[in-house]
Amino acid sequence: MSGVRVLVGTRKGAFILTSDAKRKQWDVNGPHFGGWEIYHLKGSPVEQDRLYASQSNGWFGQLIQRSNDGGKTWEPVGNQFVYDGVPGTHLWYDGTPHPWEFKRVWHLEPSLTDPDTVYAGVEDAAIFRTTDGGLTWQELSGLRNHDSAQHWQPGAGGMCLHTIILDANNKGRMFVAISAAGAFRSDNDGKTWRPINHGLRSEQIPDPNAEVGHCVHRIAMHPKRPGVLFMQKHWDVMRSDDAGESWREVSGNLPTDFGFPIDIHAHEPDTIYVVPIKSDSEHYTPDGKLRVYRSRTGGNEWEALTKGLPQSNCYVNVLRDAMSVDSLDSCGVYFGTTGGQVYASSDAGDRWAPIVRDLPAVLSVEVQTLA
Amino acid sequence: MIRVILPAHLRTLARVNGEVQLDVDSRAVTQRSVLDALETTYPMLRGTIRDHLTQQRRAFVRFFACEQDLSNESPDAPLPNAVALGTEPFLVVGAMAGG
Repeated sequence: MSGVRVLVGTRKGAFILTSDAKRKQWDVNGPHFGGWEIYHLKGSPVEQDRLYASQSNGWFGQLIQRSNDGGKTWEPVGNQFVYDGVPGTHLWYDGTPHPWEFKRVWHLEPSLTDPDTVYAGVEDAAIFRTTDGGLTWQELSGLRNHDSAQHWQPGAGGMCLHTIILDANNKGRMFVAISAAGAFRSDNDGKTWRPINHGLRSEQIPDPNAEVGHCVHRIAMHPKRPGVLFMQKHWDVMRSDDAGESWREVSGNLPTDFGFPIDIHAHEPDTIYVVPIKSDSEHYTPDGKLRVYRSRTGGNEWEALTKGLPQSNCYVNVLRDAMSVDSLDSCGVYFGTTGGQVYASSDAGDRWAPIVRDLPAVLSVEVQTLA
Repeated sequence: MIRVILPAHLRTLARVNGEVQLDVDSRAVTQRSVLDALETTYPMLRGTIRDHLTQQRRAFVRFFACEQDLSNESPDAPLPNAVALGTEPFLVVGAMAGG
């Protein structure tokens, strides 16, 4: 029988939420790795019980955990992330050169074809790959060796590579996004990269044609329409119809275009979701109302989705990796908040209900549609 | 045998309860030799106490023994005799920081 498994990373551990296809009754399992920050968990699209988790804390650093049984048991695998060659410098907050230093893994992206191959986006920004199930990790250093890298600068959350998109339709093509450098594309399996930020406008950057320096928060791509990308930038919701060659703003009638996550309906490539946040200095929902906004037109025209979500005295944030969709016939949409709630909608966002209310602050939400 | 007490997070990671006992050459009981033996026996601890490459202690990890803070001692300095003899444990401690 089909069902869904929701993988939730929090400030103090991981939780696994499971349900049948009705998505009404949920089993909540956890915490796994109690007390550790779990920035991200994700399952292999070709082997659903193969999961990977990024586990870290300030005392003992970075660990990577792997499960072969859908999260019932875990084993630590390789945690050595060493930059290729002499790492060099990027810019620090004050504009001075600062050496590249590994801090943590923000995002794990399993291969679309091989359960032992996984990409890791790390802080300070770089991309690593394992081909042996996480035992060893090698940097794809063409990204960090791009000419612009010496000018990259961290955002408030650190200089993190947080988004990795693998394009199944264009062999060798992948996208990444870095705060606060911007978006990059590779067309040769990560060997070389180039910035794809034309059309982004960032108030902090006086040059309207700046190649890098943009605080991209999240990018989403529908797997069946690979040329179209949607982006939640620091401010602005953006769209590209040419695989990132150019971007145009589609914020339209959103109450605020600041936010973190953006995601796409599993069956409708023009239906997209964002969660507007009041501002970059007030990381909570506007007017105390938690509202997901949905566009069924690929941007510009947005509707507030509120049924089942708190509409008063709610001041939470939804972080960039904390929204996901399932691929059941009636598309499910899920997101987690910094207040520890995980909400689910089994009807594409029309109505919402909490799966759990009182977890630690949610850092990431990934959904697996189970066979 | 050298006795080592790990912090709770690392006991969970190494899947041990209570003290760890390690066989270390009694003629050269140092931080380095104890941690080398620890990581050989429990490879999942590599990188959690000291850096993979530099072998430097992680910033928020401390080492204690015999009521002394040994965190800033040379990794090649002999540990107290009581540790070498196994009458006192070598403590790996997560510093009071964070939340």
